[in-house]
Amino acid sequence: MNDCPPVSAPSEARHPAPPAATAAHALRVEGLRKDYPSVTALDGVSFSVGRGEIVGLLGPNGAGKTTTINVILGILEPTAGRVFVDGIDIAQDRARALRHTNFAAVYAALPGNLTVAENLRFFGLLYDIHALTSRVAELLEQFDLERLRNTKCGLLSSGEQTRAALAKALINRPRLLLLDEPTASLDPSAAQIVRERIRNLAKQDGCGILWTSHNMHEVQAVCDRVLFLSHGRVLLEGDPNALPGERGAANLEDLFIRVAREPLVHESAGPARGAGA
Amino acid sequence: MKLRPVAAIVLRQFYLMRGSPVRVYPMVMWVAIDILLWGFITRYLNSVSGSGVNFVPTLLGAVLLWDFCARIMQGVSTAFLEDVWSRNLLNLFSSPLSVSEYITGLVVTSISTSCLGLAVMLALASGVFHLEFLSMGLPLAGFLLALFLFGITLGILGSGIVLRFGPASEWLLWPLPALMSPFAAVFYPLSVLPAWMQAVARLLPPSYVFEGMRALLAGRPLPAGLLAAGSALAAVELVAAAHLYGRIYRHVVRTGLLARYSAEGAA
Repeated sequence: MNDCPPVSAPSEARHPAPPAATAAHALRVEGLRKDYPSVTALDGVSFSVGRGEIVGLLGPNGAGKTTTINVILGILEPTAGRVFVDGIDIAQDRARALRHTNFAAVYAALPGNLTVAENLRFFGLLYDIHALTSRVAELLEQFDLERLRNTKCGLLSSGEQTRAALAKALINRPRLLLLDEPTASLDPSAAQIVRERIRNLAKQDGCGILWTSHNMHEVQAVCDRVLFLSHGRVLLEGDPNALPGERGAANLEDLFIRVAREPLVHESAGPARGAGA
Repeated sequence: MKLRPVAAIVLRQFYLMRGSPVRVYPMVMWVAIDILLWGFITRYLNSVSGSGVNFVPTLLGAVLLWDFCARIMQGVSTAFLEDVWSRNLLNLFSSPLSVSEYITGLVVTSISTSCLGLAVMLALASGVFHLEFLSMGLPLAGFLLALFLFGITLGILGSGIVLRFGPASEWLLWPLPALMSPFAAVFYPLSVLPAWMQAVARLLPPSYVFEGMRALLAGRPLPAGLLAAGSALAAVELVAAAHLYGRIYRHVVRTGLLARYSAEGAA
């Protein structure tokens, strides 16, 4: 089934631009490729996240979302391609690039044997944060964790753990924030509060955010732009509210299902918009 | 190298001990049991041998020094394993923390925990069994330095094994000191070993330390050249271990093992 109109891929997506002299983007990924002996996990992924922009990274399981995030975080070396955080090439100056980056993911929980406050102090020192005591107090208040400050993270509910992980993710006031299913464990009310905070973070602090989620309603509500990944390639890119209509889908969830089930059809159509922000 | 990330690694271990004081127990209890056990064995040997040889310094002193070396190694590897057990490696290595800062943090942690064990051993050995350990004077500092460096080397190697082969390989790490001890000539002169074991022993700095200690206790002049060679060997092996760890780190980043570590940690 293919009722999505084909849209030609922009040249920028296939021929990445040379590195910019100034950091126009919070994140720029160019021609990322990751080959394993038996599989190619990423196959020429290029995109960018602008300052203050929230970009949704979507795709079925195994599409390459987590691989992309791992490469951006410097814990996985790509076979080819480059990653620039705030204009800094992570391969050239990993520490400086990661000083401006942070992340929260369900698979990277905070150490359960430290309290919330201890974890925040520990990560604050790791990121070389000055005036750490006031920063920790600020985050505890911001994420309603004050009463849990002396509770070990392992004893928190999953929603509380998510809030603690988000507080950690903001400890260094990142210019690039990677969020992997950030509201997955939250009740609808808490999820809405978190979404609001993250939107404000992008708007007020100019933080670029890469957001992965399987909740398409949330993605439509939060993201300025979405990228659909499948088999390690960016298949579609565009405004989450306009893209389903452009592709003849009823909504974003419908489009997601089509991309997941028929990636080759969409691949032949190419990305709907340019790889740049 | 920045000091604050190193301090973070040390602080994390302090928090762990403060939050769960039972972690201090193995740092002092096992060394105390070792000293008591070997202290009474030496007393018994003194009473039955009739040779006039005082076994307290040769055996109990050797136990104390070897335990110190093993505790240093365990201090480094346990601090590393805390991050493996709590699946924290992803959080650590996606931060600006460098490998050298991480290792330095583990080593500083190990120094503090091992000094606690050393203090308990010295107090028991001198208080209960009248071991005049400090009477060895300045050479003692040389012995401790060489053993300290070798303990760090073993700790880094052990941590590297776990980083490379996954959390389940921690069981390869714990027996390392026991595997080394026959070659290290802790309790007997090097000359009693067969030639091939002596060749292996010459690659291990502790063998130089224990030979030196025995020479000193027997009233012979300290073989300073031998001790210097042992210390130099320990320093070279430490640099090699740190280099190897760096290579292992690059390997796990390239192959994706580090990224998959959380999932494997749960297994």
